[in-house]
Amino acid sequence: MSPTRRPPWILAVLATIGAALFVLPLIGLLGVTPWSDLTSLLTDDVVTDALRLSLVTSIAAAILATVLGVPLAWVLSRIDFRGRSLLRAIVTLPMVLPPVVGGAALLFALGRRGVVGEPLADATGLVLPFSTWGVIIANTFVAMPFLVITVEGAMSSLDGRHEQAAASLGASPLTVFRRVTLPMIGPSLRAGIVLAWARALGEFGATITFAGNLQGRTQTLPLAVFVSLDSNRDAAIAISLMMVVISVAVLVVLGGRWWGRTA
Amino acid sequence: MARITTALATAAVVSVSAVSCGGPDDDPVLVLAAASLTDAFATMETEFEAANPDLDIEVSFGGSSALQVQVEEGAPADVVAFADASPMAALVDDDLVDDPTVFATNALVLVTPADNPGGVTSLDDLTNPDLLVGVCAPQVPCGRYAAELLDRAEVDASLDTQEPDVRSLAAKIAAGELDAGLVYATDVDAFPDELELIPLPDGIAVRAEYPIAAVSESSRPDDAERFLDFVLSAEGRQILADAGFGER
Repeated sequence: MSPTRRPPWILAVLATIGAALFVLPLIGLLGVTPWSDLTSLLTDDVVTDALRLSLVTSIAAAILATVLGVPLAWVLSRIDFRGRSLLRAIVTLPMVLPPVVGGAALLFALGRRGVVGEPLADATGLVLPFSTWGVIIANTFVAMPFLVITVEGAMSSLDGRHEQAAASLGASPLTVFRRVTLPMIGPSLRAGIVLAWARALGEFGATITFAGNLQGRTQTLPLAVFVSLDSNRDAAIAISLMMVVISVAVLVVLGGRWWGRTA
Repeated sequence: MARITTALATAAVVSVSAVSCGGPDDDPVLVLAAASLTDAFATMETEFEAANPDLDIEVSFGGSSALQVQVEEGAPADVVAFADASPMAALVDDDLVDDPTVFATNALVLVTPADNPGGVTSLDDLTNPDLLVGVCAPQVPCGRYAAELLDRAEVDASLDTQEPDVRSLAAKIAAGELDAGLVYATDVDAFPDELELIPLPDGIAVRAEYPIAAVSESSRPDDAERFLDFVLSAEGRQILADAGFGER
């Protein structure tokens, strides 16, 4: 069917309202942006520290989510075991849970007095809350479900005959995974990584609850926006604008290259 | 434990929560109050409603400066109560509130978790990089008071977090996730079993003054005035004293 030139008016109206919901806040942000002071606001060390930290932690979280999430997605889609549905529900829970609750839960599990955190601190001296690792873990916690869901969906809808053929020709399960499954889900995997990274970049609630807020160590861009909003609105607006630019740039570049042709 | 969980969650939620839209008379009288007033104003709400069954009060807690921004952006608030003079002064300058009154005072104190795992005995211990030390962010009153106190004591603290509001800071110390921190005296009353008070030397104490005022744009100035009068009454003052606040 060829694309319709004139959409039904009801769809057009609703779609316009829907689009306005996304466009208006952007216009609002651009309208209050202190353009003349932008350079000095964005070169403030609070901003540069937060930018560096945000890039480091969101990329680290995307890597961690990929390394742990792809095997998890494979197990969920390929292995039949009791409690699989429950595990799948638990893995996707952070997508629904308010991030603040996730952060508090992380604190009770991995904090210094936590179920896992206390023995960990006793054995290794490693204390995760209030550290950059804490930010990465909070980011991974909220971001990984996006990757797992995307990748598991792709694996489940894969035509099993290719994997069976490889296996019947003598390839080990790990070889099948590496040489057949992974290449075939390539586009979905990349989409999952981008989604996870984007979610990590915007993470706020779990981070401030689990990792606290300290410039240069745990204060990422969203946290810098939040604490500046009350006292230094221009700085908060400038940082927000920078986050919009980074996000749009990445989505446009990756969208054109990865999603456009493979959808 | 459950209490700390709730406190942690609410402290974080409260600091980012928005204010609901306002409308005509059936709506509650909306009071925006500093995070450190959480317990006192929750009691205040209950007692006031018991004494005035015809009125419904709703208190929204948050960092004073966040609440200031909410009023500036037109939140339908009727009364505001802050932990610091400066957000109120800003609202007075913009003619957004009527004559503020100081209704309570609070003191900044050094606290540790109940068993004092870091062995903290004085402000000087806050310079120890091996201890986990927290204060409030410099954007909120308790953070400004903390900076003032540390400056006066000439202590260059090795900080691990600057929390966006005092209740989340107190909750993290109470949970034992931080070794020490500077919170309000009233927070010790809120977590009597979980927090231990470390006495400070004379002469460096910082006194916080809490102003309250009716919002000029309030749609129901009489009801706002009734709540204000209640806070300033003997009964209101008793509630504040019970929560650990000082005389005004």
